[in-house]
Amino acid sequence: MPAPIRLRELIRTIRTARTQAEEREMIQKECAAIRSSFREEDNTYRCRNVAKLLYMHMLGYPAHFGQLECLKLIASQKFTDKRIGYLGAMLLLDERQDVHLLMTNCIKNDLNHSTQYVQGLALCTLGCMGSSEMCRDLAGEVEKLLKTSNSYLRKKAALCAVHVIRKVPELMEMFLPATKNLLSEKNHGVLHTSVVLLTEMCERSPDMLAHFRKLVPQLVRILKNLIMSGYSPEHDVSGISDPFLQVRILRLLRILGKSDDDSSEAMNDILAQVATNTETSKNVGNAILYETVLTIMDIKSESGLRVLAINILGRFLLNNDKNIRYVALTSLLKTVQTDHNAVQRHRSTIVDCLKDLDVSIKRRAMELSFALVNGNNIRGMMKELLYFLDSCDPEFKADCASGVFLAAEKYAPSKRWHIDTIMRVLTTAGSYVRDDSVPNLIQLITNSVEMHAYTVQRLYKALLDDISQQPLVQVASWCIGEYGDLLVSGQCEEEEPIQDEVLDVLEGLLVSNLSTPVTRGYALTAIMKLSTRFSSVNRIKKVVSIYGSSIDVELQQRAVEYNALFKKYDHMRANPNPNIAVITIHASNSTEADMTDFVFQAAVPKTFQLQLLSPSSNVVPALNQGTVTQVIRVLNPQKQQLRMRIKLTYTLKGSAVQDLAEVNNFPPQSWQ
Amino acid sequence: MQFMLLFSRQGKLRLQKWYVPLSDKEKKKITRELVQTVLARKPKMCSFLEWRDLKIVYKRYASLYFCCAIEDQDNELITLEIIHRYVELLDKYFGSVCELDIIFNFEKAYFILDEFLLGGEAQETSKKNVLKAIEQADLLQEVRHLIKITVDKVF
Repeated sequence: MPAPIRLRELIRTIRTARTQAEEREMIQKECAAIRSSFREEDNTYRCRNVAKLLYMHMLGYPAHFGQLECLKLIASQKFTDKRIGYLGAMLLLDERQDVHLLMTNCIKNDLNHSTQYVQGLALCTLGCMGSSEMCRDLAGEVEKLLKTSNSYLRKKAALCAVHVIRKVPELMEMFLPATKNLLSEKNHGVLHTSVVLLTEMCERSPDMLAHFRKLVPQLVRILKNLIMSGYSPEHDVSGISDPFLQVRILRLLRILGKSDDDSSEAMNDILAQVATNTETSKNVGNAILYETVLTIMDIKSESGLRVLAINILGRFLLNNDKNIRYVALTSLLKTVQTDHNAVQRHRSTIVDCLKDLDVSIKRRAMELSFALVNGNNIRGMMKELLYFLDSCDPEFKADCASGVFLAAEKYAPSKRWHIDTIMRVLTTAGSYVRDDSVPNLIQLITNSVEMHAYTVQRLYKALLDDISQQPLVQVASWCIGEYGDLLVSGQCEEEEPIQDEVLDVLEGLLVSNLSTPVTRGYALTAIMKLSTRFSSVNRIKKVVSIYGSSIDVELQQRAVEYNALFKKYDHMRANPNPNIAVITIHASNSTEADMTDFVFQAAVPKTFQLQLLSPSSNVVPALNQGTVTQVIRVLNPQKQQLRMRIKLTYTLKGSAVQDLAEVNNFPPQSWQ
Repeated sequence: MQFMLLFSRQGKLRLQKWYVPLSDKEKKKITRELVQTVLARKPKMCSFLEWRDLKIVYKRYASLYFCCAIEDQDNELITLEIIHRYVELLDKYFGSVCELDIIFNFEKAYFILDEFLLGGEAQETSKKNVLKAIEQADLLQEVRHLIKITVDKVF
C-alpha cells in the first residue's frame, strides 16, 4: 500500500481541476483512500490524512467521518498529531454532537502535560469550543492554571476561564480567589487577558462589580504607565504602547465607573490625559480615543470632560478616514438624548454627512439629523432632509419620509408649511411612504379647515403631473371627493378647473394601469361624493353603473351600493347626510382673565355617535375679546331626541376649573 | 469576537474560525451571505457594516478579505488593529505573505491565529512573543516541512 499523498501535493492537484465536476471527482477519490486508511487504523499517516480532510472540508465537502480520527490524534503522544487533532476537533466537532465529550479526558490529561505547548493546545481548544459539560468537568483544572507563575499558560487560562463562565455562569465564584493578584503581573499578555476576565465577571454580577471597584486605582496606574512610559519596542504600535491593553482597561473602567461617583472621580484625570495626549494621526490612536469617549459618556464624569468627549467626536466627523466618521456618528447617536445641546453644536457637520458616499454613514447621519430637529432649526433642517429624500437610495426613503412627517407634526411653524412639506414628500417619495401615512394625512388635512382649498388645489395639480405615486393619488382623490366644491368654485387664486376636467382626472385614475385596487376604491368613492357637490350627476351615475360589473370585487361592491343610493335615496340628495347633525359651539369668556387649557368634552346617549373636531384654540380670551369655536358632528340614525352632557375644563387665574352641564334644548331640526 | 473569515475576491474561503457554537449548515449559510455582502461593497465604503445583529469589520489585504464579526460592546477601530496584527504575524512567519501561502499552509495560519487569539480575544499583545511561541512549537513537530512548495502557475 503506497503512502497516502502529502497534504501540499493534494492541494496542488485539486487546484489543477478546471471544473467543479473535476474537483468533486478528485475529492471523492481521495476521500475513499482516506476512508480505507482510517479503517486500517493506520497510525503513521493519520495526521496527514486528517489534515487533508480539513482542507477538503474548507472547500465545502463533508468530513464528518474524520471526527473520531481527530480524537485519536488528540490522544496520541506525538505533538504533531495533537496539533492537527485539536485543530480538527475545533473545525469538525461541535457541542451538539455527543462525540465531543470523548475529548474531555484527553483535554484533562493535556492540561496537566509536561510540555507547556501541549497544555496550550488544550486550553485553546477548551476556550474555543468547550461545551457546558466539558467546562463543568474541567473548570478546576483551568482554575489551577490561572494561578500558575508561567505567564504563557496563565494568560491562556484567563481567557479559557472567560469561556467557562460564559457557558456555566454559576462557576464564576470559583475563579474569584485566583483573580487576586492578576493585575500585579508585568506580562502584558496576562494583563490583557486578566482585564478581559475581570470585565466578564463584572458584567455578569453586580456583586463582582462592587467587589472589583477597589481595582480602579491600580487600573489607572497601569494605564498611566502605558502612556507615560517611553518607547517599548515589544508593545509599540505606531508610537503607542500596547493599544490593545489600553482599550481593554478603558472598557473595564467604564463598567466600574458607571453609576459610581467615587470611581468616576478616581479615573477623571487619566481620562482627560488620554483624551488630550493621544496621537490622532493613525487609526490606533483614534481607537483609544474612541474607547475613551465611550467611557467618559457612560460614567459620572464632570461636564468639562463630557464636552471634551463630544468635541473629540466632532473632530472625528471631520476626519478623512470614513471609519472614524462612522464611529463618531454611532457614538453621537448614543449621546444625543443626554447631551443634546453639545451635539447640536456639530449639527452642520452631521448634516454634511448626509452627502457621504457610504450607506452606513448616510443612515446614521439621517437618524442623528432627525434627533437634532427642534422648533428653532426646523426650516433649515427640513430643507436638507427633503433634499436628502430626493436623492437618497430607495432603502432610506421609507424611514426618511416617516421621519419628516414626525418632525413636521411636532415642529411645523405654520399649517401651510406643514401641508407643503407633506406634499413635497408625497411627490418625491410617494411610493415609499408607509401605509398608515394616508389616513394620518387625511386626518391632518381635515383638521386644517382653513387650508382645505389650498390643499385640494395643490393636490389636484400634482395629479395632473403624475399619477404613479399611490399614496399621493389616494390622498388627492380623497381630498377632491371631499372638497371638490372648493376646487371648482374659484376660491383659489389660480385658474380653477371645471367639473368635467376634475371628473376626467378621477376617471383616468380608475382606468390607469398604474392605479392599485385600493387607489381605484378611493377614486370611485371620490367620484360618488362629488355627486352631491357637482352638478354633473348624470355623468357620475353612468360611471358608477359601469363599475357595477367590475372584475375587482371591492370596486364592484362599492359601485353597486352607490348605484343603490342613486336609485333609492335620490330624493335625499339635497340633504346628503340626514342622520348627521353638525353643531358648532362658540365659547366666550366674560371674566377679566384669559381661560387657558380650555377643553370641551361631550357625551351622548348610547344610540348616538359623536365626533369632535379640533377646536380653533384652547385659550378663551378675557372680556369677550374672542371666541373659541369647535365643530361637533352627531350621528343619530334612530332619530332620537338629542341630549348631551358637557364638561368644560380650563385654568383661570392659576386655578383649574371644571364645569359640568346637561344640554336638552337642541332645536328639533337638529335631530328630526 | 464571534467569528473570523478569510476569503478571496472570488469568494473562496481560505480560513474560518468560529468562536460560537453553530451547526455546519448554519456556518455555511452565514459564510455564503456574508461573503456576498462584503464582496458587493464598493472601495469607497467604510470597513464596518451592520449585519443581522452583529457588527462586521472587514479589510482587504491584496487578494484576501479579512472579515470579523464582533459584538455590540466591542471597539470596531481596535478590531481593525487586531486584523492588522494578524496579517503582520503571518507576514513575519511566511516572509512577505501572499494568498498562496495561506492556501498551502492553512494549518499553520490556524496555529498562528490560535497563538494570537483565544476564545475570540487577544491572548498576547506582543508580536515577538506570539512568533516565539510558534517557533518553539514548530520545533516540537516530529515531521518538519523543510521545503517550501514552489508553484509554477498562479491560478
